[in-house]
Amino acid sequence: MMFAESPLNKRDKKTQKLFRILFLMMVMLLVTPVLLILATLIYKGGPIISMEFLFADPRNGMTAGGLFPALLGTIWLVVVALICSVPLGVAAAIYLSEYAPDNWLTRSINLAIVNLAGVPSIVHALFGVGAFVIFMDFGASILAASLTLAIMTLPVVIVATRESLQSVPHAFREACWNMGATRWQTIRKVVLPNAISGILTGVILEVSRTSGETAPIMFTGAAFYLPTLPESVFDQTMALAMHLYVVATQVPNVPDAMPYGVALVLISVVLAFNALSISFRIYLRGLKKW
Amino acid sequence: MVENTNDAPDIKIVVENLSIDYAGEPALTGVSLEIPRNEIFGIIGPANSGKTSFLNCVNRMDDMRDNMNVTGRVIYDGIDLTNWRNLYALRRKIGVVFPLPVGLPLTVYNNVALAPRLAGIKKRAELDVIVERCLTRAALWDEVKDRLDSLGSLLSGGQQQRLTIARALSQEPDLLMLDEFSIAVDPVTTMRIEDVLQELKEEMTIILVTNLVQQANRLAEQTAFFLNGRCVEVGNTKSMFDGNVSHQETKDYIEGRFG
Amino acid sequence: MSGATASQKPSVLADDQPDTAWYVDKAVQVIMFVAGVSAIIFIIGIFIFVSKEGAGFIGGEEMNFSEFFTSPRWRPTSEWNPTYGILAMITGTASVTGLSMLIAIPFSLGAAIYIAEFATGKTREALKVLVELLAAIPSVVWGFIGLSIMNPLIIDIFDVPVGLNIFNAGLILGLMSAPIITSIAEDALKAVPDGFREAAEAMGATRWQVIYKVVLPAAKNGLLGAVLLGVGRSFGETMAVLMASGHSINLPENIFDSVRALTATIAAELGETAEGSTHYQSLFTIGIFLFIVTFIINLTADLIVRGVRKG
Repeated sequence: MMFAESPLNKRDKKTQKLFRILFLMMVMLLVTPVLLILATLIYKGGPIISMEFLFADPRNGMTAGGLFPALLGTIWLVVVALICSVPLGVAAAIYLSEYAPDNWLTRSINLAIVNLAGVPSIVHALFGVGAFVIFMDFGASILAASLTLAIMTLPVVIVATRESLQSVPHAFREACWNMGATRWQTIRKVVLPNAISGILTGVILEVSRTSGETAPIMFTGAAFYLPTLPESVFDQTMALAMHLYVVATQVPNVPDAMPYGVALVLISVVLAFNALSISFRIYLRGLKKW
Repeated sequence: MVENTNDAPDIKIVVENLSIDYAGEPALTGVSLEIPRNEIFGIIGPANSGKTSFLNCVNRMDDMRDNMNVTGRVIYDGIDLTNWRNLYALRRKIGVVFPLPVGLPLTVYNNVALAPRLAGIKKRAELDVIVERCLTRAALWDEVKDRLDSLGSLLSGGQQQRLTIARALSQEPDLLMLDEFSIAVDPVTTMRIEDVLQELKEEMTIILVTNLVQQANRLAEQTAFFLNGRCVEVGNTKSMFDGNVSHQETKDYIEGRFG
Repeated sequence: MSGATASQKPSVLADDQPDTAWYVDKAVQVIMFVAGVSAIIFIIGIFIFVSKEGAGFIGGEEMNFSEFFTSPRWRPTSEWNPTYGILAMITGTASVTGLSMLIAIPFSLGAAIYIAEFATGKTREALKVLVELLAAIPSVVWGFIGLSIMNPLIIDIFDVPVGLNIFNAGLILGLMSAPIITSIAEDALKAVPDGFREAAEAMGATRWQVIYKVVLPAAKNGLLGAVLLGVGRSFGETMAVLMASGHSINLPENIFDSVRALTATIAAELGETAEGSTHYQSLFTIGIFLFIVTFIINLTADLIVRGVRKG
């Protein structure tokens, strides 16, 4: 130090250190309970996890056996929801990023997207019942449940895709337009190929979100218990998230480890996809393409 | 198009009272000039004099930008560009090279093959010929012929600049617009490209915007001097550089007293 | 190229006419536009379809606006005198949401400040990832945690008969909404230009003074927006409150009372009602109420955040 520190300066440094520690503690207090909870789930649910638990049917009124129909059902729901929402969400994001002028309509679309993400999931469920189960007469089915999930998670795809499209520098578009490429040719040949991995990140994130949702599927297609596996999108299905709710609250005499095991499987699926999405994003950030 | 030259008029582009503004901020006011076919037409002038805006207007980029407004007329091959419906087809006929080089994030090969592909050429052999010819003309072939599969956007600045020239040539344009193309290119390569331009004017009309007055002197048959969004004067380059100018500003600029 | 195109186009003059690529481009533009507008269509669709199912109740004899909002008695299944008052549920939702915000706001703003202003490099990345993972934990898992982990803990620690109550649900919702507030608030803090910080530091301000006097005032609107979105999330949360709040109709007197939330009521009862019955319609009416409230919250948050971008 070239200059002696004044007492005032010293006090400031002390306050600064104090605040730094205070804020760090706040972060820790947010994070620690969750880590404790995860540890508890693993401690109590870990022992029950086995090949049988993952790949067998539930038995004895769901107090024994496995959760295979629920796992399979979640895959059905997620896949059908993705088929519906990814093309639509990507197209909507392309419109917003590549075509939309800055006017009231675009602002309304953005507001609608914020609201789609913000409307309570149970209201999405009511919409699914009103629109898909009753009005379109799909009945309670995978199709109705997946459509409900698709609309609910549409903002995830739109936001991720839009961000990814906008990370492609504008100069590339101008260069293409100058060569006489149409907007669509520019998007297809230059913008999309460079945004596709970012879009994939969003899609993986949507898998994570979709597989954890319970309320939207409760009345639109997910069943408490089904003796048979679904054969088409017009069948009902069991689902992992729903199964956790059911074994935790609706079934008497469930062994203690059972719901912990289901919760552990569910949270593993959700967090695995989420972590995959995040690490993919970090990996992409490291790739230099321009 | 080449075969039509005999009966076509000598004038490629007529500009009448052209004004451009960006959201009310004027960039160019009341420009009128004529650009002859199969010649190099030079545009000189200091920064922010409206040269680049002029080029953007000739290929109707105002259509892709919300804030760019154009009044006046640009008549291209006898057609008023405001009546031109398919602007993409127009831009396919016009090759542009801007001062900031933009190598697209595609392979070098695909950078140059993009325009031919958009025009419907699919055969690899045909594309190979075009790619090699354009890269050679842009004085880049020798440097990249062994790495046509590397990303165009990762080439050095000077190489990207020449890649942009190759891309513009790959359109087989009938108008080539170069905006300070030599800014990132070394003098020897610049000379090579200038020689190519002399050959190219047999096939196309060239508008050469340059910050180097001597470059205009070397290449352009006619030269326009832009200053503060106005076209001060247009004239025969040789006589302009011999001092036959009607405005003192032109003389001052040519002699390097400002700019 | 000139040879290939010349054979299709008889003269130079025809070049200004639309070709296939032009038509394809226009068609694609229309498709993208429709997809873009679909978000608006869905939001309107949600309102219409939920209203449509609830309409019979709103227009019907059973509905009495003042009773609906001011009566704490929710007895839709009563044989001789069904009553439809959601006051108890409003109180339940409000108390749980309020407590969750009391917990979440200070911690998540503190965490956001730490991540945005103090943490650097790998620590910062790691914390951001952790916050993102926290936000990803499904609500039914949180509900299960409230039910099976927090419940016995609360009974033990506070010596109360029931551990499923406002405290439990509020704590769970607080933990749930904190990561969301944290990451939006962190974005808002990061949006403050570095020039502001550098200018203040050049005048000799310490890091904390910079944050307190410069960064926080500049990010005020963004932070408020973050908090509002957190409120919206907490208000609309369904499975976690259903499982952790005790789900009993009650005007609460202290935070260890069990309550029932608006969202949870729909989740718990819709499966048992007959389509088109008054009870069924009344649940959709609650849905309309939830939709309108969250819409207003989101709209306000959006307007506030937009205000900060303009300024």
